[in-house]
Parts: sequence; structure tokens; C-alpha cells
Amino acid sequence: MRLTVREALRSFRRAPVLSLLAVTTIGFALFVLGLFGLVALNLRATLSGLAERVEIVLYVTRGTPVEIVTIAIGDIQAFPEVDEVEYVTEDQALERARQELTEFQGVYSDLETNPLPASLEIRLKPGFRDNEHVTAVAERLQGFRFAEDVRYGGDWVEKLDRLRSIAAAVGLVIGAAFGAAAVIIIGTTIRMTVLARGREIQLMRLVGATDGFIRRPFLLEGAIKGALGGALALVLNYVAYAAVSRALFEAAFFSAGQAAAFLLFGTLLGLAASAASVNRHLPAT
Amino acid sequence: MIRFSKVFKAFTKDSLALKDISFRIARGEFVFFTGHSGAGKSTVLRLIYADEPPTSGTVWVLGSHMHEVSRREIAGLRRRMGIVFQDFRLLEERTAEENVAFALEVTGARHNAISPKVMRVLTQVGLAAKAHAYPRELSGGEQQRVAIARALVNDPVVIIADEPTGNLDERATRGVVQLLRDINAMGTAVIMATHDLSIVRPTSYRTVELQDGAIVFDSGEGQVPMTSGA
Ligand SMILES: Nc1ncnc2c1ncn2[C@@H]1O[C@H](COP(=O)(O)OP(=O)(O)O)[C@@H](O)[C@H]1O
Ligand SMILES: [Mg+2]
Repeated sequence: MRLTVREALRSFRRAPVLSLLAVTTIGFALFVLGLFGLVALNLRATLSGLAERVEIVLYVTRGTPVEIVTIAIGDIQAFPEVDEVEYVTEDQALERARQELTEFQGVYSDLETNPLPASLEIRLKPGFRDNEHVTAVAERLQGFRFAEDVRYGGDWVEKLDRLRSIAAAVGLVIGAAFGAAAVIIIGTTIRMTVLARGREIQLMRLVGATDGFIRRPFLLEGAIKGALGGALALVLNYVAYAAVSRALFEAAFFSAGQAAAFLLFGTLLGLAASAASVNRHLPAT
Repeated sequence: MIRFSKVFKAFTKDSLALKDISFRIARGEFVFFTGHSGAGKSTVLRLIYADEPPTSGTVWVLGSHMHEVSRREIAGLRRRMGIVFQDFRLLEERTAEENVAFALEVTGARHNAISPKVMRVLTQVGLAAKAHAYPRELSGGEQQRVAIARALVNDPVVIIADEPTGNLDERATRGVVQLLRDINAMGTAVIMATHDLSIVRPTSYRTVELQDGAIVFDSGEGQVPMTSGA
């Protein structure tokens, strides 16, 4: 065990520049991945907030008896997609308009007759807040005879959603490119170490060290580099997050679990890179 | 303990390094392999420590059939052997003590079990006082003693030495040979390859002579020493 640790650390001293390079490339690979991860994370947070507000508004034809609307509310509430239905009377609509549209307060208070129609505000259950379901429900609502107009705003939600997928894909591609570079650099460091330690490795074999034992320092070395890279990436991501939060808007950062997964991913990346390389470069006897 | 039966070894298509080699070596035996350079001595030893497989024929070592051993089994076998080379093969950046400890460390020995064992074998080869010296600070004879200590530290059944005195002067040679004899006297088998007949002649140990990859003389199996001169 001591030997394993000592040898793993020795390689950092033997090739400090290359080791640093390996750590920083892994760091940048994961930084880019993390950056797009943060973008996706924040978009999703924003989207789910917006999605909650998605509602369909049915404007009731003027003069429709309240009983008819009440019965319709019961029917609509029975739709499997529907979470709740709110009835906004003409007076309530006017009251809201007065409160929200302060610029026009004068206009509304001068009115003799209320120009605003009554409406039903329909909110869907969480699993149905996408464009497809919203459209389907809206079409069904149009079937009510008293429906003057049905409005909904699902399109831009879908656009944002697509933006999120694109951000994630771009992050993945760029991150993968950096990741590949990191794997190559780790491979190079290991080949150098194998060359530098060739005599020693041969000797280890002669005194009866198993292949597993001989590989272990290399694997540890790779794992350490990966973990350091992961930590570097987390720090960089935090810096980016803090800058955005201060200058632009209140953003969200990774949870502790996500940060830990990030470090673990870096460690596994380093481990995998060194495992692949050590199998290729270790002399056979 | 070791048995070769009709062993052939070819490194290249058109030449045989070993031709029809058969012999047995018993536990505790001391055997010299002699012959000119290129006769096949090192190849015989390499087949014993599984550095190379035989091309044909069978090689048994410590109960394993060398045709079908796994790499893991080879590692296990080598822990029961001590291998010594002409060029010592010490690690330059480690002290004598660390070089010996290396053989224990890489086999996963417990850390606090290592130091006493290392000191015991360094004492056995007469180098306890130079435990902290680096190879470059030691004479050739002393370096070879460190290598022998490293070979001994796993309590091997057999020491395999390929021209261990090839780089040593006459005095150091005598010392190393005497050390190997002492080790053998305590029950460890010794198999030593040498082209130096002045080492072999004064002893009465079994001698196997190779010539162009074939055995041309074998003084006999399990021979009882008749003289004890150095
Ligand atoms: N790895 C190898 N590749 C090709 N030929 C080899 C190899 N090792 C040994 N030989 C050949 O096998 C023969 C025996 O060599 P070796 O066993 O080293 O002899 P010795 O130790 O008696 O000097 C020689 O002809 C040598 O050239
Ligand atoms: Mg030789």
C-alpha cells in the first residue's frame, strides 16, 4: 500500500509539467461540462417556474348564464389533465386590471360599462404542462359553446425547453473534446512513467509482484489526477456562477450531491484513462 | 523440485537455443550449469523462472507445469525463488535496505514485518553495517550481496543465479560463492550458471555442462558432496 502511494506520488515529481497539464485539461473538460450543466440547471429551474404559470384562459361570451358556466367548470375539472379551474367574473377582471395596470387606472375607473369579459383560468397538472397537452386541452375547450376565445402560451415554453437540450448537447460535445485530450495526456504521462520505471517494473515481476500490484500505482495516479481535475473544475464553475450571480441574476449552483458526482466523474475519468494506457504500455515480462 | 523433460527452445525459426534437455533437480541441491557463452545456460534458467515458455517438452517447477501457468501463478512461483543476475539489478535511487525491502513490499508484505526480515538477511550476507548505503557507494561484491539478500528475503526454496560472479574480481567471487554455499548448507537449493570453471572445479557439487544448447555432461543427480574445499 505504501509502495503504491509512494510510486503514484513519485510520478508527479518525475513529470510535473505533464502532470499539471493532465490535471488542467481534465479540469477544463469538466469545467466546460459543468458550465453547460449549470446553464441547463438554471434553465430548468426557470422553466419549471414558468411551466407552473402556464395556464389556458377561456373567455366567456358575454351574457352566458352563470349556471352554465358552473356546470362547465365541473366538466373541465374532470379532464384528466386539469389541476384546477378558476372562475374570474367580469367584476373581478376589472378589479385585477385596475390593480395590475396602474397606468390605465384612470381609464378603468371612468368606465361606465365593464369592457372585460369573464374568464376561466385553467391550470394543468404537473405532468401535462407541455405544448402537446396544452394544445389538446385548448381544442377541447373551444368546443364549449360559450367559449368566445381560448388562449394559451405554450410555444415559447417549448422553445426554451429546446434551448436547454441544445445547451446540454453543446456542453457535452465540447466537454468530450477536452475529455479526449485529457485521456491522451494521461496516457502519455503513463507511457513516460512506464519507460522511466521499466527496470523497476521488470524487477517487480522477477520478485513475484502480480500484474494487479504493478498496475495499482498507475491507476492511483490517474485517479488522483482526475479528482484534482474535478476539484479544479468545481472551483472554476463556482467562480463563473458567483460572477453571473453578482452581475446578472440570482443563479443556482450544483447541490452537494451533484458536486460530489462531479468529483467522482473526474476520478473515474482519470482512472479509466490510466487503466486503458497501462494495459497498453506495460511490458509483458 | 524442478524437472525438464525433452525440452526444446527456439527463439528464432532457424536455430535452437536448447535441444532435448532433460534433468531433475532435487530440493536442497546445489547445481552448476556450465558451458561457453551462448551454450544455453541463461535460457535454462529463464525457463525455470518462467521468463520464457519452452517451445516443446515439459518443464515442471515447484509442482507447476510451465506450459499452462497463469501470470498470477508465475508471480506466486517467483516468490518462492530468489533470482540473482550478473549485473545485480539494484535500484540506484534506493539504499541497500530499501532494495531488499522492495522484494517484500511488492508482494504485499505487512509493513512492520518488513524491517526485521530485511535486517536479518542483510546480516546473513554480512552487510548490516551498510544498510543505508546506496548501490553506487558499494563495491561490486557488496552490491551482489545486496542482490542475494533481496533474493533471500522471501525465504525461497531455490536461489537461481545467472553468472553472479561475472562482474566481480577474484576475491569478491570467492566471497559470493562461499555465501551461496552457506545458503545451500541451510537447506536452500542453489542453481548457478557460470562459464568460470575455476569456481566449479574446487567444489564437488553437481555440474551440468551445456554445449550449443545440449547437455554434454551431467555429473549426476542428488550427488553427495565428496570434498568441501572452497
Ligand atoms: N531473446 C533471445 N532471442 C534470440 N535468441 C536468443 C535469445 N536469448 C538467447 N538467445 C540465443 O540462445 C542461445 C543461448 O543463449 P544463452 O542461454 O543466453 O547462453 P549462455 O547463457 O549460456 O551464454 C544463444 O545462441 C543466444 O543467441
Ligand atoms: Mg548467459
